[in-house]
Amino acid sequence: MTSLLEMSGISKNFDGFQAISNLSLQIGEPELRAVIGPNGAGKTTFMDIITGKTKPDEGSIRFGEDSRSLIGMSESEIARLGIGRKFQKPTVFEAQTVRENLAMALKNPRGPFSVLFYKKTREGAARLEEIAEEINLTDHLARPAGELSHGQKQWLEIGMLLAQSPRLLLVDEPAAGMTAHEREHTTDILKKAAETRAVIVVEHDMEFVRRLNCKVTVLHEGSVLAEGSLDHVTKNKTVVDVYLGRSDAGD
Amino acid sequence: MTKEHTPRTSFVARNPSVLYLLMALGLFTAVVAVLSEATGVGLISTSFVKTLGKTLCLCLIAIAMDVVWGYCGILSLGHFAFFGIGGYAIGMWLMYARTEIIVAESLAGQVIPPTPQEISDAIGNQIFGVVGSSEFPLIWAFADSLFIQLAFVVLVPGLLALIFGWLAFRSRVTGVYLSILTQAMTLALSLYLFQNDSGLRGNNGLSGLQNVPGLADSGQDVVSLAFFLASALALALGYLLFAWITDSKLGNIIQAIRDDESRVRFLGYHVESYKLFVFTITAIVAGIAGALYYPQAGIINPAEIAPIASIYLAVWVAIGGRGRLYGAVIGAALVSLLSSWFTGGGAPSINLGFYTIQWVDWWLVLLGGTFVLVTLFAPKGIGGLFDKLVRKS
Repeated sequence: MTSLLEMSGISKNFDGFQAISNLSLQIGEPELRAVIGPNGAGKTTFMDIITGKTKPDEGSIRFGEDSRSLIGMSESEIARLGIGRKFQKPTVFEAQTVRENLAMALKNPRGPFSVLFYKKTREGAARLEEIAEEINLTDHLARPAGELSHGQKQWLEIGMLLAQSPRLLLVDEPAAGMTAHEREHTTDILKKAAETRAVIVVEHDMEFVRRLNCKVTVLHEGSVLAEGSLDHVTKNKTVVDVYLGRSDAGD
Repeated sequence: MTKEHTPRTSFVARNPSVLYLLMALGLFTAVVAVLSEATGVGLISTSFVKTLGKTLCLCLIAIAMDVVWGYCGILSLGHFAFFGIGGYAIGMWLMYARTEIIVAESLAGQVIPPTPQEISDAIGNQIFGVVGSSEFPLIWAFADSLFIQLAFVVLVPGLLALIFGWLAFRSRVTGVYLSILTQAMTLALSLYLFQNDSGLRGNNGLSGLQNVPGLADSGQDVVSLAFFLASALALALGYLLFAWITDSKLGNIIQAIRDDESRVRFLGYHVESYKLFVFTITAIVAGIAGALYYPQAGIINPAEIAPIASIYLAVWVAIGGRGRLYGAVIGAALVSLLSSWFTGGGAPSINLGFYTIQWVDWWLVLLGGTFVLVTLFAPKGIGGLFDKLVRKS
């Protein structure tokens, strides 16, 4: 397992609020990692910093074999480098069909002119069908994405991530608002995706994290509080105090 | 469900409006041409042919506006500035070349043939006397070349849109702030042109544009029909171009940018390049539409570029229905024709006993009321109602 993403000494202060302080984290390829933490622990800022939405005040982020620094790159450059992001609220393009949503995400040249003259290919269509099957949306390809149920939108967004063929997937609360059955399928999709790439899942739901059965990083006040298996971190006294102890999720 | 709906259908099948619009436009052009004064039938007066030709140009800028606003979500209040620039660019040649012919005729009788300098001075006097000058400003350097001025019709709006768009989009100015910025650009251009030393005759603008040099022998009936046909052709080509762009994958991306710009960034698309492309290409089409419009209007002055014109353009597209090209055509044609009917004294006044409704004054109230009603009750505009009818049948 080689290290794909290396964050070290990252800090970010928003007008006096220390969202992230001296955060260091490494992700291998392939790897499945769950990031948990109470509200305000800096989970969203952590993702914003990796994807280029927020610039950190200090620290370095390096990605890939040649350890390219992500700091200073735009969101679209980072995405083209192979980092995909799924938002907490499902954000799909509701006016367009499921097929169009997936086609936009497919890994292809991203410049305006190559997109203008883009011709559909057989490989692209096949890849699209394959992803649709994986996210259970084969029968809905021609429907506008706005008509899908909440859970289906979440899947579509995960499907769009897969279509991007990223090396690192950042997934923010994928199971939010899903039924038990939908959660189970989501777990399968994420586990399968993590066989070939790095996947970071930010999640509140302990049961869901347990099912992912992977290494867990606990964030608290913008830095790493504990790291290890779920059983290991739930035994940690500080973790229990700051997080699990005051929520009903401590099973 | 999916198996029946294959995405590999033809362009026309995916965009049925293209076929209908081209057929309707072809029929309309043929009828107008046959009934015009140019063929001798004369059921449609030359001035009405000009009105119809101008309307086609307004439809062309309206589809450009629909692409930039309805599809890409950039509410530009500056596209009429590009339209005006196109008009000024062609107007300079029209005015220069025609004045040159007049001057040459008046000097022809002299014993000593006039020197080129004398001819140039005389033309300058004719054109700029009205603003108390006779010198040719620098921007008229190529006014004698039809080819270069035609290139300017495309290049000047294109470059202005490129530079302005680059500055605005890279700073991530969006939404209402961008609208205000485009309006400021339009206002600045208009105020600049109002000055006598702008080199474009201040508030007099350029006039006599209906007289095409070299076609003095053909009457206005033929010239106006020719411009009408050219406008119809331009609208057809513009419609095809924009239908192709919006049907392409780029069409998907720009609609995605309209709906959630930051999400598109995380898909790896450089949003600013896409906006810049759309802003620039629509500005170029607006310039071409203006270059066809003003020779039919006969006169262009800075008031045409005032921000209100661009706001009207947005109103047409909103009433016609954003995000559907035919909606923009319907909106622009309907509202602009009704506008000239109501404000041109065509609509009969309504006597209420205690007050008489004069449409010249009340048209704007009617238009504003319609706009509010459409926004409230038919947010997808006339085109949206149209869609509902088609789906029901």
